[in-house]
Amino acid sequence: MKVHEPEYWAPPANFLAAFGRAGLLKTRNAGRAVFLLLEACFWLPDVLARRREFVRQIIICGIKSLLVTSTVALFTGMILALQAGLVLKDYGQQVQVGTLVSQSMCREMGPFMTALILAASVGAAMAAELGTMTVSEEVAALQVMSINPVRFLVMPRLAAMILACPALTIFSNVVGILGGMLVADTQLGVSPQAYYDNAMLYLHNKEVYVGLLKALVFGVILTIVACHAGLSASNGAVGVGRATRQAVVTSFLLILVSGYVITRFFY
Amino acid sequence: MLELRDIHKELGGRPVLAGVSLKVERGQTLVILGPSGAGKSVTLQHLVGLLRPDQGQVLVDGEDIHAAPPRERERLRNKFGMLFQSGALIAWMNVFDNVALPLYEKTRLGDAEIRAIVERRLQLVGLEGQGEKMPAELSGGMRKRAGLARAIVRDPAIILYDEPTSGLDPVLSRMIDQLIRDLQRELKVTSVVVTHDLQSAILVADQVAMLYEGRIVELAPPRQFLASGHPFVRRFIDAQFAAREFNHP
Repeated sequence: MKVHEPEYWAPPANFLAAFGRAGLLKTRNAGRAVFLLLEACFWLPDVLARRREFVRQIIICGIKSLLVTSTVALFTGMILALQAGLVLKDYGQQVQVGTLVSQSMCREMGPFMTALILAASVGAAMAAELGTMTVSEEVAALQVMSINPVRFLVMPRLAAMILACPALTIFSNVVGILGGMLVADTQLGVSPQAYYDNAMLYLHNKEVYVGLLKALVFGVILTIVACHAGLSASNGAVGVGRATRQAVVTSFLLILVSGYVITRFFY
Repeated sequence: MLELRDIHKELGGRPVLAGVSLKVERGQTLVILGPSGAGKSVTLQHLVGLLRPDQGQVLVDGEDIHAAPPRERERLRNKFGMLFQSGALIAWMNVFDNVALPLYEKTRLGDAEIRAIVERRLQLVGLEGQGEKMPAELSGGMRKRAGLARAIVRDPAIILYDEPTSGLDPVLSRMIDQLIRDLQRELKVTSVVVTHDLQSAILVADQVAMLYEGRIVELAPPRQFLASGHPFVRRFIDAQFAAREFNHP
């Protein structure tokens, strides 16, 4: 990984100069993040050599996020079922709520909600952790020991997220559909069997796979954005705070945009 | 042998180093003194290749570390061990794992061999039996000693110390000084120490350099350094002695 030295910029001459500089810096950071992704992917085959850290990250990304992810998924499924079901009930079509919930969860809401939760919790924690390591010279210490920080810090996080995000998405999809079933049964008068049959009727492999592809892309985005922000942190605690905020905001925006692009490409 | 040749560096729009030249012979200890913000740590970061000079060369055994291709630079870096100001221990690893890290990552030694080496190093810095502790459970002095154990675990030829006694009480400071002397005697390493603690400098140095306004304004063995006629060096020395007299009239 290239060491980026502290930079000094003279105050911009006018608004246009400030705007141009901000654009250039954003473009440069995007380029650096892409290089970080490529380098982390290059080191992925070494994941077993870093299995302790990989397992630690799997626990953080996957297992510790399970409760909050399932709670959000459950209520997302319940809200979807209730909102759509009440409208469908007016037309006597409430049995269709199964299709609506399963399609919404698998195509969009499952991967999207899971990624947002992971970006806000795990991504923020990654940016803060790596940012603290950077400003407290731990990353510099790794470099002096000739230990590549990308292989040591970024690669295990990326590998863990590549597994955890799709796995959590599958779990979210199931929990969300079950949440919808609960509402359908108790408030819409649709039996669990009818709901299940209807949910599975139009749920093809494509919906599941595209959803999982989204989860994979979202997981990669939020990890690389968080790691890049953390490794670029400077100026002590203030810099770590800025890096964390920047990681969360950028991840949210990129998840939204890439979600649309993937949907547009496959449907 | 370690040499800085006419190093210039600008950071944050201001010149930090303006033509620093220094030479450290094999097995010698050079102490770089200077006021806060003089560029002492920046000099160390140039030595180990963490910062690239705007102008000048850093020669490690005659090879320019900044001009070397990445693989060669890594080989040159393997000659270094560095003690950072805060110890820079990895927060989620215990002391043993921190010290063992360079061995696990950069050698093919087995677990038993690594354990033996790490325990020897921990014993050398007075941390035997503390391997299971996490960095957060250590005092400042212990953290520095653990950082030192990690810095020397691969028997480096050159050890760099960034403010090894800052933030420590006088007793612990002298203990760290003694440790630096012992390491130099036992491991025959070349050392560069950056500090603003004059007493520490006099105790550990073969040569003392004063960095002021980006330049080396004095370079001499400790005794001659104390007799320097350079106005800033005199002010620096007098200020430290005045503080001691104030404490012990």
